[in-house]
Amino acid sequence: MPKLYTFLKYFFVVSWACFVIAPFLWALSTSFKDFNSVTGGATYIPWLQFEPTLDGWRVLFKPGSQGGINIVGPYFNSIFVTVTASFISIVLGTLAAYALSRYTFKAGIVQNNDITFFFISQRIMPPVVLSIPFFIFLSTLGLLDNLAGLILVYIVLLMPIAVWIMVDFFNRVPREIDETALIDGCNPFQAFFKVVLPNSIPGMIVAGLFCIIFGWIDFFFAFILTFTKVQLLPVKIVALNSSITPWWSLSAAALVSVAPLIVVAFIVERYLSKGSLSGALK
Amino acid sequence: MSLSLNNISLKPTDEYHLNDISLNFEPGKLYTLLGRTLSGKTTLLKTIAGLQAPDSGSINFEGKDFLSIPVWNRNVAMVYQQFINYPHLNVKENIEFPLKHRKMDPSLIEKEVSEAMKQVGLVGFESRKIQELSGGQQQRVALARSLAKKAKILLLDEPLVNLDYKLREGLRGEFKKLFVGVETSQSILIYASTDPLEAMQLNGDIIVIDEGKILQSGTAKEVFENPVSSKVAEITNDPAMNINQGTIEDNKLILNNHVQFPLPEQLKSMSSGKYLIGIRATDLYLDNQGFDFDVDISEISGSETFLHLHNSDFKCVATIEEVKTYEVNERVKINFDLSMIYLFKESGELQNSPYKN
Repeated sequence: MPKLYTFLKYFFVVSWACFVIAPFLWALSTSFKDFNSVTGGATYIPWLQFEPTLDGWRVLFKPGSQGGINIVGPYFNSIFVTVTASFISIVLGTLAAYALSRYTFKAGIVQNNDITFFFISQRIMPPVVLSIPFFIFLSTLGLLDNLAGLILVYIVLLMPIAVWIMVDFFNRVPREIDETALIDGCNPFQAFFKVVLPNSIPGMIVAGLFCIIFGWIDFFFAFILTFTKVQLLPVKIVALNSSITPWWSLSAAALVSVAPLIVVAFIVERYLSKGSLSGALK
Repeated sequence: MSLSLNNISLKPTDEYHLNDISLNFEPGKLYTLLGRTLSGKTTLLKTIAGLQAPDSGSINFEGKDFLSIPVWNRNVAMVYQQFINYPHLNVKENIEFPLKHRKMDPSLIEKEVSEAMKQVGLVGFESRKIQELSGGQQQRVALARSLAKKAKILLLDEPLVNLDYKLREGLRGEFKKLFVGVETSQSILIYASTDPLEAMQLNGDIIVIDEGKILQSGTAKEVFENPVSSKVAEITNDPAMNINQGTIEDNKLILNNHVQFPLPEQLKSMSSGKYLIGIRATDLYLDNQGFDFDVDISEISGSETFLHLHNSDFKCVATIEEVKTYEVNERVKINFDLSMIYLFKESGELQNSPYKN
């Protein structure tokens, strides 16, 4: 019986892995092909079945005037917007979460849990609801089609994630640790910076990685709030047209755009599986 | 130099957490705050530390208004029931944290830390991570940190309760040695506990607290011999003192229809009427001349056996000085050491104690 269970377990895991990894492998092999290799039937193994070429990749870096698609600009825009918005979200989110976890707020019937839920509720409603208010808001501020405007909007989108993860994290940190710091002579700010913060790094890393993931994959707001001057990677890639840009370049662009997420996924996995999130404090 | 609490009350909801508490603590003495779980021990310690502000009342320490001083300037030390240390620091960094924060002279820090580590037996563990230590060692780190501070008020909130039996016994023995040092340094030491035995062993003054109210305070001997009320008698004995309704009538002490005694000599002066009759579990013994009792539960505790017994509606617990298994509903014969009977009024106040003269 245990043998059968082990077999089924691995069978399922391997099948699922193939299902997930196959498209990537396909995109990877396609990105190294040229016109003849792509149209010449299904081939998978470079050198053996087709002659690999870097032409598809070169197109990514050429400016449009030379028939290229130049994703470098949008790529760095995306990195800048995502990292900046994530960083600010983590800083503000951690401070907000600590306050929500440790202090009691009360305004009429509104209490801590309601405030926390208010943050999370920002992610519950469909993004479309926010699109018009955001558009009007940014146009009033003159921040449409502008990196700063995008960062502002992304903070609104990402901070709830940071607050959510960090409130849960702080709730699991014994309050007595803060109290001991106070007894040991720290004022509340020193207690936070000298004791609570150094112990919250695992939680902040996980929250940060989630922010980066959600920031990086956003298409909707990047699409609505930018026009010509500023372009983010997801918008750039969706705008590519297979009748103009060849399949092999599209594959290369797709791979480049998911690459950061793969790196992030590995780091998240390492942190989550090691139990650093919960194990640092017990 | 003393610490005095005057009419401290805290009533966050409908119930009092602290109810009009007035206490005086003298330097160089050990006080044991004895009470059941949720009786307000932790709240009282937190109030003294400054982590909890009372609704009313005042605290004076060395002639200063303590309530106007924030926690971080009070120079108290506290050890929690949970093993609370700074997880991101190693053992030595944990112990020196409060001293470094105070910007003490590094050579002096070194001296204090190594002394504290020697006191609690952690020499050789300096660079260990907190997570690598056992519960007992973690609690030693917390204790060393509070000792190294040389605080004038040292608060210990059930520091041994989360440890296993053997470690607890070992550390308790060491505690007594440590406390001698604390006493000579003229600190005030307040030790909260739920365990009457622990309180008696520490042999300091005992303060009995229940539902946020101080029921009695005095030396261990006083509280043991003359508990002011039936409640104190229950709290300060383990197993709790057997307290049952009874009657004195016609020179007889009547506990129920079956269990009746001729009135013992020391109670002859008591008037007839209804009382609460108290007797310690250790003053009940197996005796062939005794009354019939049926066993409800028997628990073996160390070298003793606690028998939970009943004779129709009369229930009691007896401590038997041997380890023996009893069946449920087994019939045993139990007698009472009548010279050790306590008499309380129906409202609970002590009427007569074997130690009263």
